Amino acid sequence: MYAALWRVLPGPIWVRIILVLILVVAVLAVLATWVYPWIDGIINNQEATVGGA
Amino acid sequence: MCPQADDPTSPVPNGIESSSAAAAVSEPAVAAEEGFKRPRRAKAARITVVGVLGELLITAGVLVLLFLGWQLWWNDMIMANSQSEAASQISQDWIAQDTSTAEPAPSVDPAEPNAAAAPADYGVPVVGSAPANAQAFAVLYVPRFGADYHRTIAEGTGHDVLNSNRLGIGHYKGTEMPGEVGNFAVAAHRSAFGGGMHLINELQLGDAIYVQTADGYYTYRYRDTEYVAPSQVQVLASVPNNPTASAVDRIITLTSCNPLYSTAERIIAYGVLESWQPLSAGAPAELAPIIAAQG
Repeated sequence: MYAALWRVLPGPIWVRIILVLILVVAVLAVLATWVYPWIDGIINNQEATVGGA
Repeated sequence: MCPQADDPTSPVPNGIESSSAAAAVSEPAVAAEEGFKRPRRAKAARITVVGVLGELLITAGVLVLLFLGWQLWWNDMIMANSQSEAASQISQDWIAQDTSTAEPAPSVDPAEPNAAAAPADYGVPVVGSAPANAQAFAVLYVPRFGADYHRTIAEGTGHDVLNSNRLGIGHYKGTEMPGEVGNFAVAAHRSAFGGGMHLINELQLGDAIYVQTADGYYTYRYRDTEYVAPSQVQVLASVPNNPTASAVDRIITLTSCNPLYSTAERIIAYGVLESWQPLSAGAPAELAPIIAAQG
């Protein structure tokens, strides 16, 4: 899967490394901005009150 | 290698074949140089179900770890900063409004001239009325949690308050208000969501717990801590753990999760009101530089 991605990427090796880093940063940004806050709202595993308020 | 394809029966390709095979055994460096790309590509091109499944599972594991890092560190830090900024803003607004509307108050207030000489007694603390749900009505300062620690207290302990970017500390509905006889009980997260009570276990006897409202400053002194089951709502009683008794003291109760990163228990920290002063009298000595730094 990731090997296939690596082969799809164009250019010499250092261009591919830069492209991979850009992709990783983009994925992290999407996760931190939308995906993780959404999951956070669903699981609500951090109750801090007494009496389950 | 092209010519040999034209004539597979030719003895020459066989010769090359065998010589290159021999090279692969005897001289690995040369073999690697010659045939680096071809075998590698042939192997990598095979996408198997097991291979993809394995990579997906590894990816899922990494994503879960990243989520924990995001929740407990990254988002926690972002929320702590935004909650802190919001609290500064509210505090400054109150001070600004107070000096503009109640400027002549010090001259009328007979206790004011003595304020510099001795800790003035401003009488019975002013008690605000209960605000609407999720409405900010106080700012909490606990120097033990850090010199710049200040968080907004809002009404209610739902997720709209505790998980808010702007609020963070929730006042248990039905418990008393700051300065009131009885129990002013609040809750905040121990970790994640800004971790308003991250250092609650660090409080030491006599530590100041300041509550600022639109009316004034309430100075509480930390007294003791207990650890209870999450169901033990008696800690919120006007006399904690004694629901039938009638209250005499003015108590503040901080509640959060225990142990750190777990929700198995609750940690409860109690303080008792030491003094009260109106906003126009300025902040208590320890708090004054912290308030000034907000502006």
